[in-house]
Amino acid sequence: MSSLAVGKADTAADAAPGTDRSRPPLRRRIALIPTVTLLLGALYCLLPVAWVVIAATKSGSELFSTFTFLPGTGFTDNFADLSAYRDGVYWQWMGNSALYAGLGALLSTVVSAFSGYALAIYRFRGREAMFNVLLAGVLMPPVILAIPQYLLLAKADLTDSYLSVLLPQILSPYGVYLSRIYAAAAVPADVVEAGRMDGASEWRIFTRVALPMMVPGMVTVFLFQFVAIWNNFLLPYIMLSDDERFPITLGLYTLLEQGANTPALYTLVITGAFLAVLPLVALFLVIQRFWSLDLLSGAVKS
Amino acid sequence: MTSTSRKAYGVKGAPYAFLMPATVLFLLFFALPIGYAVWLSFRKVKVSGLGLGSGARKEVWAGLENYTDALTDNELVAGALRVLGYGCIVVPVMLGLALLFALMLDSEKVRLAPVTRLAIFLPYAIPGVVAALLWGFLYLPDVSPFYFVLEKLGLPQPDLLDGGPLYLALSNIAVWGGTGFNMIVIYTSLQAIPTEVYEAARLDGATPLQIALRIKIPMVAPSLVLTFFFSIIATLQVFNEPTTLKPLTNSVSTTWSPLMKVYQDAFGKGDIYAAAAQATIIALATLLLSFGFLRAANRRNKQEASR
Repeated sequence: MSSLAVGKADTAADAAPGTDRSRPPLRRRIALIPTVTLLLGALYCLLPVAWVVIAATKSGSELFSTFTFLPGTGFTDNFADLSAYRDGVYWQWMGNSALYAGLGALLSTVVSAFSGYALAIYRFRGREAMFNVLLAGVLMPPVILAIPQYLLLAKADLTDSYLSVLLPQILSPYGVYLSRIYAAAAVPADVVEAGRMDGASEWRIFTRVALPMMVPGMVTVFLFQFVAIWNNFLLPYIMLSDDERFPITLGLYTLLEQGANTPALYTLVITGAFLAVLPLVALFLVIQRFWSLDLLSGAVKS
Repeated sequence: MTSTSRKAYGVKGAPYAFLMPATVLFLLFFALPIGYAVWLSFRKVKVSGLGLGSGARKEVWAGLENYTDALTDNELVAGALRVLGYGCIVVPVMLGLALLFALMLDSEKVRLAPVTRLAIFLPYAIPGVVAALLWGFLYLPDVSPFYFVLEKLGLPQPDLLDGGPLYLALSNIAVWGGTGFNMIVIYTSLQAIPTEVYEAARLDGATPLQIALRIKIPMVAPSLVLTFFFSIIATLQVFNEPTTLKPLTNSVSTTWSPLMKVYQDAFGKGDIYAAAAQATIIALATLLLSFGFLRAANRRNKQEASR
């Protein structure tokens, strides 16, 4: 236990009496290696983000003439140009993404909560079979689902609509999986039993007793789905042709496609990418305090 | 008496009622499309005469024709090989880094761990398309800081968006985006190991490196298996990154990865039957590979347990 306490002190590695004499210098060296390794990793991960933040401040000419990491003077102009591009279609894309991700994640969380609760609390015929079949959905490559989904939705005359992007993303196998794990851990069986003794209906037990206990887990499912839908490119790419309904990922892609041969459009693409990253990064920084990242993988252990 | 029997019926029916929305969605958006794709894969369009008029194009039974076509299609095979090469870089590098960072986070006396952990996890929040776009610009000689530095140093400036380096360029995007998530998964299971487990080893004079190699890594093997499993699936499905880089370079063809070829055949060429057959083959290959891997991993675990 003493070595643990030493481990937490800053530079007191050499102050641990009774430990092997050859160890303190070695420990100090090792403690430096993890810190430096992690810093290098952080640098690598932040590099493109830092680049886009700075590049978004550069005017078209500064982008090619000044050193990459030197801030420019053109951010307000870039912002105005981007907002003016095709009558503000950029903000339409942002709004669409917020709608797809917000509403989609909400519906997905509700469906996951229902399913996870049922799979965790009840014993019934076909439970494991149903769970496994739902989970197999994770293995299906999205293109393989999306193309027949497109063909079938085309028969129902639903392609190129908000629904065509929203509906296929409501059922999330991973969300069901997390909800089941979470419901099993958070809702004790005797609480449910006590509710039944009191004569409460199954629905009432779920909404009044179980659901409040499941809230932290459901927040994770919501955020996970929000990120997944916000970041989805393939499904809208296949489903949509009218750019008024594009989410931001698809909008940026079309902007890049047009801009690739016209360096004048580069600044728009870069500023667009910067602004598109902002909401998710902000969301991340705000929620990481109480969002249990561990839960995302906590499921792994069981 | 009647009330209890009704309640018992309610308890019996409740799980099915709770599972109803998921079941309906599953049937509509998973089962039905998959069934439809498989059905299409056995069909083809027969054109009679000059192919004019409404009755000239008829859908007929094709048997295994689409499958033999797909398996002998050089471009599909080439795409599969490209993705295999790409996967051989991405999966080991990404998981190696994830494991390394997780072990470092878990080591004693490490400074700045929460900040660096968040920074390394941050790319998870960035859409694949935007990630590919950002790196794409960083690969462009005109705006890249790397080329700036290379030029100042008078070093050769390789074209990152062509030939062999293209694989590295694409792999880098996937590694950048995926390392953080896998790191969190591995780190969580490292944290679940009780400290007493390696307290004894430490008292015996084991170095942190020995503890990491002999105790920590074997103990997190199950989560390594899981991350490996999901990484293989994600690699086989690569689509967004090469598609996004395509406007920036001519070396990424529209059929670079098998899934891009499926998309191209379905919407570029309009041959949904061939696309359906290819899609079915890819889905089967994914299932075989992932279950094969899980079985092999299980067998090894059992062998180790029995030793």
